[in-house]
Amino acid sequence: MAQAPVLPRGFELPLKQRLPRVGAIDQVAVEERAADLAKRSIKKEAKVWALELAIRCCDLTTLEGQDTPGKVAALCSKAIRPDPLDANVPSVAAICVYPNLIPAAKERLAGSGVKVASVATAFPSGQSPLGVKLRDVEDAVAMGADEIDMVIDRGAFLSGRYAKVFDEIVKVKEACGDAHLKVILEVSELGTYDNVRRASLLAMAADADFIKTSTGKLPGAATLPAQLVMLEAIRDVYEETGRKVGMKSAGGIRAAKNAIQYLVQVHETLGPDWLTPDLYRIGASSLVNDILMQLRKEKTGAYQSKDYFTND
Amino acid sequence: MTDLQKRGDRSPVPTDWTYAPAPESTDIVRLQERYGLYVGGEWLETKDQFTTIAPRDESPLAEVGQASEADVQNAVAAAREAFKSWSKLPATERAKYLFRIARILAERSREFAVLESLNGGKPIKESRDVDLPLAAAHFFYYAGWADKLEYAYPNRSPKPLGVAGQIIPWNFPLLMLAWKIAPALACGNTVVLKPAETTPLTALLFADVCRQAEVPPGVVNIVTGDGSTGAHLVRSEGIGKVAFTGSTEVGKAIQRELAGRDISLTLELGGKAANIVFEDCALDQAVEGIVNGIYFNQGHVCCAGSRLLVQESIHDQLVRKLKRRMSTLRVGDPLDKNTDVGAINSKAQLDRITELVQAGTDEGAELYQPPCRLPEKGWWFAPTVFTNVAQSHRIAQEEIFGPVLSVLTFRTPDEAVEKANNTMYGLSAGIWTEKGSRILWMADRLRAGVVWGNTFNRFDPASPFGGYKESGFGREGGRHGLEAYLRFE
Amino acid sequence: MTGGRLAVRKTYKLFIGGAFPRSESGRTLELEGYNVARASRKDAREAVVAARKAFGGWSAATAYNRGQVLYRLAETMETRAGAFAAACTGRREVARAIDRVVWYAGWADKLAQVLGSANPVAGPYFNFTIPEPTGVVAIIAPTEPALDGLVARLAPAVVGGNAVIILASDDHPLAAIELAEAVATSDVPGGVVNVLTGLRSELAPVLAAHMDVNAIDVTGADGDVAALEVLAAENVKRVVRAREDRSPWEIASFMELKTVWHPIGR
Repeated sequence: MAQAPVLPRGFELPLKQRLPRVGAIDQVAVEERAADLAKRSIKKEAKVWALELAIRCCDLTTLEGQDTPGKVAALCSKAIRPDPLDANVPSVAAICVYPNLIPAAKERLAGSGVKVASVATAFPSGQSPLGVKLRDVEDAVAMGADEIDMVIDRGAFLSGRYAKVFDEIVKVKEACGDAHLKVILEVSELGTYDNVRRASLLAMAADADFIKTSTGKLPGAATLPAQLVMLEAIRDVYEETGRKVGMKSAGGIRAAKNAIQYLVQVHETLGPDWLTPDLYRIGASSLVNDILMQLRKEKTGAYQSKDYFTND
Repeated sequence: MTDLQKRGDRSPVPTDWTYAPAPESTDIVRLQERYGLYVGGEWLETKDQFTTIAPRDESPLAEVGQASEADVQNAVAAAREAFKSWSKLPATERAKYLFRIARILAERSREFAVLESLNGGKPIKESRDVDLPLAAAHFFYYAGWADKLEYAYPNRSPKPLGVAGQIIPWNFPLLMLAWKIAPALACGNTVVLKPAETTPLTALLFADVCRQAEVPPGVVNIVTGDGSTGAHLVRSEGIGKVAFTGSTEVGKAIQRELAGRDISLTLELGGKAANIVFEDCALDQAVEGIVNGIYFNQGHVCCAGSRLLVQESIHDQLVRKLKRRMSTLRVGDPLDKNTDVGAINSKAQLDRITELVQAGTDEGAELYQPPCRLPEKGWWFAPTVFTNVAQSHRIAQEEIFGPVLSVLTFRTPDEAVEKANNTMYGLSAGIWTEKGSRILWMADRLRAGVVWGNTFNRFDPASPFGGYKESGFGREGGRHGLEAYLRFE
Repeated sequence: MTGGRLAVRKTYKLFIGGAFPRSESGRTLELEGYNVARASRKDAREAVVAARKAFGGWSAATAYNRGQVLYRLAETMETRAGAFAAACTGRREVARAIDRVVWYAGWADKLAQVLGSANPVAGPYFNFTIPEPTGVVAIIAPTEPALDGLVARLAPAVVGGNAVIILASDDHPLAAIELAEAVATSDVPGGVVNVLTGLRSELAPVLAAHMDVNAIDVTGADGDVAALEVLAAENVKRVVRAREDRSPWEIASFMELKTVWHPIGR
């Protein structure tokens, strides 16, 4: 993408004020900053706090062709009470499933406070007509989804049809009604950090509640530098408009240590206001157990075995 | 379901995330109560001693020898004696000693890093991730040159100069030692090195590396002391080379002292680098570069980007971002792994910083310091930025050598160049813009020995470092760094 | 005067900023049969101003251009070989001097390749080092050989892009002025080469102490060189001495090295 993007008509309207400068991202510098922040040493009570926060911010995810109501029910139990032996371990933020599994999740989670998120808009590629995508969203909302994780049309984005990407997000947002909208950029398909920043601003301009790194369906999913670029875009929008947009990193975050690195970055880039499930999520399927092991290690002092934690 | 709901109503979690202290253990360092001078492979007692302390809490660490004129003469004599055989050693053998040193430094890196932070006050993350890896790499790099000098200088028959008298500063004690000793030994010289008065301990520990590496006695000699020790070294008859890193004032005195003696001299002196930010830059990365440029090592860096030249069109936005970023800097115990800004190296340096910052306020510049609680004991200075600074202000002209940034504005590239070059110094400069041709245009016009485009404060053994104008002459690092330690027949 | 024609004798003046002024002091010295201008401190100051003014353009000229200009100087020297021969030890010295200029002219566009480098740093950065001229250089010309000795110091300083002020030999200043005339009729921009004649004991300390002079070549200095070096330290001047007869390293001694870093990223 050699030239600066042509901003679509009406692009700035949802923000009501002028958009932050699109600008550029220096790859080497942003990766060094991310690596530097990843070296923060988080110990003792600060670590326990972070681990519990990571659970509270977790979107426990299953997005498989073989997902069944039974599988989702089991996952919901895990979501509500991640550690059967320790009631002090908080619930996760949400369960993230395909639309067909919404009813099963909804039933199991009723009254628990754990939200149901559904992917939609021809997830994960987004390569379907808009009508299909909107119908996808409407059905998910009708089935009870509290949150919609949509994908942007990367094909349109990469070919410079920003208006199309923008309009789709706006329409999906309308279709969401009261459901919260997370916009997946699929950063590993965007090719450059400049594009990650552009897509982030585009999504926020189109009124996304959250911007999200990845579908989790590709090998290169969330990375610390990609999150940093997105957090900085969120910060710019906040500073220009006062609007707080949420962040979700998903895909590839499996270790507790890794989760803490993502949280440190949020803490030092956006500040403590964003350290809440209302504004920060981690999408993960296997992270929770590693966190539980770390929490128990902090409590008992002994390193843990996977055999003592339930696989759901 | 009721107990589930109860869990949902758990008492609210505090939103303030205070990082618990993460102190690096100092157990790895075993200090002697008292150190002599390392001369001819042995430890020599001195008549007088002085106490070296930890800037983080002013606690005494050890008694260190104050080398007298006679002590310095002894060291030079030992180096001269060792030069006879060291310079005739097959170059490949010399190389192997240096490779050994590089390896041992890497093996003992944690010990050195902790000691460096203890004695110098710099954050452990910097001594661990910057000083030590670079010091080891420097020896590794020059080790390889030792037996390839004739390829660096074809048809010139390079020869060593003899005994190199080397005087180094307190801001990067071990790294500056490496910058001095590695090329000197690689070229076949022997050395008498004087570490800075306030930071002698890693140099003294380096003597133990020489022991482990079985470096022949007298090849490396370490003499500790104050400025008078350095003066004795410069005046010594037996030296063939002086290499100095430190203040411009002392550099000039050394140049005068050596007048008429035809002794090879290299000087790496002060700086007042301009860090120039254009409106089209990658803004958040530029902010990181600015912060790294001036708050790295408490700003005790000769090439620090102490003058921020911002294109006027983005001044307010950049300053806002900068202040916000400064508020996340963690100032405190150098031994804590999360510390970004450590202790000021000495009382004298703290006084100088304080005095210049006062001058900045008096001259009408606008001061900002993020709220941060400084420890009670030890020497500290909060990260500081001055806006509304004019080129004529002292804080825009004099080297502060502390965590103090002066912000000036410019309108056009020509004006940026003019302001950047309007100084007696010429060590380094930074340029931030997304426009490739502008980077090269600027780099071409900036009168400085090191120009960082879209980065700042990067160092590498293969990269020559040194200044224009009153920032000194000669280069350290790279093939060009060899020349300082050779003569040609 | 008896029947023969009276020769029109040359007035040997200073060479500052491309012009040939008399000394502002109005003083001369009778040397080698001529009244040679005796430059004053003020003349020295004017020469530094002229050199500083010329430095910008000369240092920014392409290396190819500097090489051509220097070669052009060799051409003009060749046509004035007779005059040069009279001002030095003779034709052989003139030939040596001209060949030396040609030799250095050819270095202009090879210098950065021989003295510079691309540096393989351990990280995602492109890093290169290039030589750049140090700025205004004062050259105390060697007394002997009057022409070739001077050319041996002038050529390496100028080819790298510096602007120079030459303090001509006390006893044999004519060669320096002859050279100035060759410079003036070649394509060397005014101010790049400036020549002062007079008493070096008077002028050298002025240039050594001058804060806008970046380097001083003391190869030809007689007397108290140490005193000049002490003065030079006031602005950390590079003090240069000839080490080799002809060498790119002689050029290098009038050069700074600039190292440039830039990240490599998508």
